[in-house]
Amino acid sequence: MATAIKIENVSKQYRLGVISTGTLSHDLNRWWATKIMRKEDPYLKIGETNDRSTKGKSEYVWALKDINMEIEQGDVVGIIGKNGAGKSTLLKLLSRVTKPTTGTIKYKGRIASLLEVGTGFHPEMTGRENIYMNGAIMGMTRAEITRKLDEIVDFSGCERYIDTPVKRYSSGMTVRLGFAIAAHLDPEILVVDEVLAVGDAEFQKKAIGKMQDVSKGEGRTVLFVSHNMAAVQNLCKRGYILNNGQIYYTGQIDDVVSKYMLNQDIRSQLKLSEIKERKGNGVLKFIDIKFIDEKGIERNTFEVGEKLTIKIYVKVLDSFHISKTSRIDIGINNIMDTRITWLSTYMYSDRVELKDDCVCFFISQLLLNDGMYNVNLYSTVDNDLADWIRNVARLQVVFHDFYKSGRELPEGQGCFITDFKMI
Amino acid sequence: MTIFKHTINKQTQEEQYSTITSANRLLDVNLKELIAYKDLIRMYVKRNIVTFYKQTILGPLWFIIQPILTTVMFMFVFGNLAGISTDGIPGPLFYFAGIIIWNYFADCLNATSGTFTTNQNVFGKVYFPRLVVPVAVTISNLVKFFIQLAIFLIIYIVYAIQGIGIAPNVYIILFPLLVIMAAGLALGFGIIFSSMTTKYRDLTFLLQFGVQLWMYATPVIYPLSTMPADKQWIFQLNPMTSIIETFKYAAIGNGVFSWGWLGYSFAFMIVLLLVGIVIFNKVEKSFMDTV
Repeated sequence: MATAIKIENVSKQYRLGVISTGTLSHDLNRWWATKIMRKEDPYLKIGETNDRSTKGKSEYVWALKDINMEIEQGDVVGIIGKNGAGKSTLLKLLSRVTKPTTGTIKYKGRIASLLEVGTGFHPEMTGRENIYMNGAIMGMTRAEITRKLDEIVDFSGCERYIDTPVKRYSSGMTVRLGFAIAAHLDPEILVVDEVLAVGDAEFQKKAIGKMQDVSKGEGRTVLFVSHNMAAVQNLCKRGYILNNGQIYYTGQIDDVVSKYMLNQDIRSQLKLSEIKERKGNGVLKFIDIKFIDEKGIERNTFEVGEKLTIKIYVKVLDSFHISKTSRIDIGINNIMDTRITWLSTYMYSDRVELKDDCVCFFISQLLLNDGMYNVNLYSTVDNDLADWIRNVARLQVVFHDFYKSGRELPEGQGCFITDFKMI
Repeated sequence: MTIFKHTINKQTQEEQYSTITSANRLLDVNLKELIAYKDLIRMYVKRNIVTFYKQTILGPLWFIIQPILTTVMFMFVFGNLAGISTDGIPGPLFYFAGIIIWNYFADCLNATSGTFTTNQNVFGKVYFPRLVVPVAVTISNLVKFFIQLAIFLIIYIVYAIQGIGIAPNVYIILFPLLVIMAAGLALGFGIIFSSMTTKYRDLTFLLQFGVQLWMYATPVIYPLSTMPADKQWIFQLNPMTSIIETFKYAAIGNGVFSWGWLGYSFAFMIVLLLVGIVIFNKVEKSFMDTV
């Protein structure tokens, strides 16, 4: 397949602070150096990387630094990263809203950007007039829009309001209409930034479906920026993680998403007892958690089907005992932070005394699918929340010939392994 | 043969790529692109006109009321109080002739000079040739201009029936050119102003005041002929002077007409437009960072 977008050494520098008299001296300085002395721009050298939370010395930051990307035609590429990582700046460069400080971008065909759709709308004009206006802004001709008008109105689901000024629309309707226009634009390259945040579930589904059609059926290229990992994973084939204006990682979308999720909530190797981010009255406190295999050895990676004991150490008053109202829970989430399973003393509500201030959950056969899991701990004492810590530990599960057939499990076939046999 | 075909294929493929770079070529102006967006210009024109009188009671009538009030005010202040001569031409006719052209010029200039700052919302989201917006403003103001011109014609006919002895002469065929020149000058000055005010807003404070002052330097409320003959060239340096004087000369037979000064104004407009488009084009690529 041919390359649709080629980004070479692109950087973008921004100046921080307000523009005032001081800026003029920098401008004069720059003008003197570049135009008269024919030297390099003095302010290009002093930029700092773009870490929003630390205080920098320089007024100039690199929102993007030395970005290189090559995107194949027909690819759906997800771009993820924290706030301020440079995602939107990159899309702005691509949609030609502003130009890069250095470097070049080469692309083939028409780029349509969906940066916060519906912003070109004029509130006083009706939906129909705005379809024409917005379509024209995105480079469609009048005839093209007329041909697709019914389709657009139908897709947006705003037929009833189409001759009402847009200022009477709800925000969701505005986005629907905006997305409908852009989706029918038939651009060779579609750039999408967080549009799905406003629409309802039905519309989100519709929009993702449309983007999939656009890329699969018609061979168009889609660049998708979102914080919604499920949507990214659903839609994209490849992905990039941006961090502080640089490409941190790139690869297949599943790897990219798991890498990003892992990185996002890596808790530094704090001891459980020292974690500050916890809720509860502290009558019971979690001290430690251990995953122990059948030989009594502690480890974090287990094979599907293995025996596993989760041992939780707590600090409590002597009189404490587990009962119906005082319990300890283990919640296991996948990396998308979706609850996969739940283990609780509550399910065995008989009175249990603690031995050596610890409680053990024995799993005779670990049937979670291949992947990384986050473990959350929760406890109530006499029905009051005592201690609650999220992402206390990480459990890695690998699939290794569970069915004794030597076959590998294909990807994307659920979160559980079922112990079945052919008869 | 196949090899040959292949290279051709490769070549055409190379050509299809568009590039976005940091480089800034001086004459990198894409007027072809502007024409490709002609439907957008049309939509902007329509939008400007429609939204002008949305939620007003009198609606488009305001296009007419405004110049009539100005004329009455000028007649009172300059005609009666200050006693500035109109060269024997009836006041309403004389003032109206100047006002409609001047108003068109001033309205266009004021509106286009804020192109970047007032449209940063749209400009910050999508790309289209930014020149579409000031061009559309210049065109949509024409509607207002022609409505006012119709009023002028009514006044004109009323006076002609009364037998004042006014009649248009052959130079009236220059009228379309005069409108184009006023539009070109307003667009040229407007886009230069808007490019210069994206980063430093100081000039915007100057503009409102400057346009008013400029009107007094242009023979709108007085005939150029009342100025001493050896000083008239100073007024003629103002490119708007010959436009208004030519119109007055052609329509009401009063005014100084010279091919030379009209040619000067035309050349001025062409150069200004070229310079303006080059500057505008340079600024539009990165103004979002500084606006």
